[in-house]
Amino acid sequence: MNPRRTVIAAGLVAVCLTATACGGGDGGGDAGAKENTATGPIKVWLSNNEAEIKWGEAMVEAWNAEHPDEEITAQEIPAGNSSEEVIGAAITAGNAPCLIFNTAPVAVSQFQKQGGLVSLSSFEGGDDYIEERTGEAAEQYRSEDGELYQMPWKSNPVMIFYNKALMKKAGVDPENPPLATYDEFLATSQKIVDSGAAQAAIWPAPSSEFYQSWFDFYPLFAAESDGQQLVEDGEAQFDSDAGQSVADFWSQMYEKGLSQKEAYNGDSFADGKAAMAIVGPWAISVYGDKVDWGAVPVPTSSGAPAEEVYTFSDAKNVAMYTACKNRGTAWEVLKFATGEEQDGALLELTGQMPLRQDLPGAFPEYFEKNPTYTTFAEQAARTVEVPNVPNSIEIWQTFRDGWSESVIFGKTDAATGLADAAEEVNGLAGQS
Amino acid sequence: MSVPNERATRSRLTALLGRQPIGGLLVAPYVIFIVAVFAYPLGLAVWMSFHDYFFTAPGVPVDRPFVGLDNYVAVLKDPAVRQAFGNIAIFLLVNVPLTVVTALLLASGLNRAVRGLTFLRVAYFIPYVTASVAVVGVWLYMFTTNGLVNEVLGPVAPDPSWLVNESLVMPNIAVFVAWKQLGFFVLLYLAALQNVPKELYEAASVDGASRLWSFRAVTVPGVRPATVLVVILATITGANLFTEPYLLTGGGGPNGASTSPVLLMYQRGIEQGNPDTAAAIGVLLVLGVGLLALANRRFVRGD
Repeated sequence: MNPRRTVIAAGLVAVCLTATACGGGDGGGDAGAKENTATGPIKVWLSNNEAEIKWGEAMVEAWNAEHPDEEITAQEIPAGNSSEEVIGAAITAGNAPCLIFNTAPVAVSQFQKQGGLVSLSSFEGGDDYIEERTGEAAEQYRSEDGELYQMPWKSNPVMIFYNKALMKKAGVDPENPPLATYDEFLATSQKIVDSGAAQAAIWPAPSSEFYQSWFDFYPLFAAESDGQQLVEDGEAQFDSDAGQSVADFWSQMYEKGLSQKEAYNGDSFADGKAAMAIVGPWAISVYGDKVDWGAVPVPTSSGAPAEEVYTFSDAKNVAMYTACKNRGTAWEVLKFATGEEQDGALLELTGQMPLRQDLPGAFPEYFEKNPTYTTFAEQAARTVEVPNVPNSIEIWQTFRDGWSESVIFGKTDAATGLADAAEEVNGLAGQS
Repeated sequence: MSVPNERATRSRLTALLGRQPIGGLLVAPYVIFIVAVFAYPLGLAVWMSFHDYFFTAPGVPVDRPFVGLDNYVAVLKDPAVRQAFGNIAIFLLVNVPLTVVTALLLASGLNRAVRGLTFLRVAYFIPYVTASVAVVGVWLYMFTTNGLVNEVLGPVAPDPSWLVNESLVMPNIAVFVAWKQLGFFVLLYLAALQNVPKELYEAASVDGASRLWSFRAVTVPGVRPATVLVVILATITGANLFTEPYLLTGGGGPNGASTSPVLLMYQRGIEQGNPDTAAAIGVLLVLGVGLLALANRRFVRGD
């Protein structure tokens, strides 16, 4: 063999070996009681939503004024395709901040598997604090090992928003549109489209991203099943009567052209292309002045009364990341930022609902001043979260692909679509 | 030390480092670049594809057992992966010939044009240098159900429309990509056309060849090396299709008809945290593209 080639080959082998060595990590590192008490300056990331940044900056300022030795440095989550991708990369690189005030519950199992999250249950009084603040709803955020790796922070319970002007144009009573049962919803939708008031009655994104089912199937499934999650005890729950009737409902919406199979480029509700939308309380400030709107709970087959209807929570939480050194400070900041005062400020500035028990009772003045938010606050008491299970994103993608094939594009019937997806999801939920 | 020994040492050194060791130093930056940016990630990807691998925080002790061909078996059994490779085959069948023919025709036209040459060159090049995100916006405006194209077509507009039609979506994306990249390939051909001797055209015209005939007999063989390059580059960039299914069709819709292998790698590896199966798709793609490029070269070169 030519010696020069030998050198090159040896170099390449060395590179590959380095690659493998880097690939397999070693060493230890466990969240122990000692690690949980270190104090000092910490870094936090905020979501890049304008109102939340405003809240975050005020919160940081208030903390720093009282704690000069444990200063917080806050910044927006660095730009990327999605926050989850950026956070995942930061965990791998070991440069995640102490706290991220925008941790998606769907990504928690993955971050946990990566060794990126600190168990909040490992702090003294951790579980008690979370359970006291959030109540029973906190259980949905518990991981499979029984510990809490996320602080339930705020929810955006979704409801049906409707455009009163378009309802009127379609000959539907704008103050009290019949939208409680599937039959009513379908009939009202038919009127909207037939009258030409709008191109679609409601236009959820029909595209294939894993999270799109949170805004068509999941809220209606939560309502129809009285608060079931997509997966419970390692078993898919949607291949059931409730799941089936939700799928049949949406199949009809697509088949009759009441919902469009092509994504709308922009905001179909704001542009008057759709008379309804599935949205959270953020919509009040977004559409507030542009559209004369009303809000009702998502429909159920039997038209359950509003005060019994469940929906999807669309929550964002706070988590502590293992790259954090001063975990003692981070835990105190977490409690400070989710205390009653800061929760009130969050509600005031963003209109998003802190995941607290009896929200209307906790902030009566706010809801008196902003009665439009009361409906959402009441709805916030009955929300369903995405299941905190391994392979959670893969499960949602599997579900979405099956939904897309059967319900949206009608390639197979809805029953087959749900059954096939359930079988695959059961396999995924059973893996660790 | 004796003289023959010294000579032997020197010749061994020469054999090891070459006759011009300084040359090695000069190419070092590029070699380091190749190693860091291509060889290392490729090596890591191949390694990952044979192991049960996921990304972890530094210092987290995890077991990453060797799993042999398990990831490959899982990937090949997956109908979504097979569909993605099928989609990309349709894409290449439309995109590559379209790119070669239009780029060559436009370049020969530009080569003759006297007026407005710079304007035309710039016009063809603009889509290439514009961010995909912006151009995708234009394409959406044209090809959605109520878009410009369907308005013009009126009753003959396809139903379902282009981007939600399982048979039309991939060809539509292939045309989009061909259009977007045309400027670059036109430039390659323009450069090649400068090297075709004028005498050949003169000789052809003396022999009574028509314009079309001299294009066939002089231009096409004259730019063959450029054609090899265009075909291979178009194949490689086409096989790595990602932005269009990600943005234009909302994650590979309708119903997976525009999913590409790279989009699947993104979903599996980055979104879903399974970089091992994503790496297996990647390795299969690299092998496929490598074989295709070899076949292209043989076929277009004619050897």
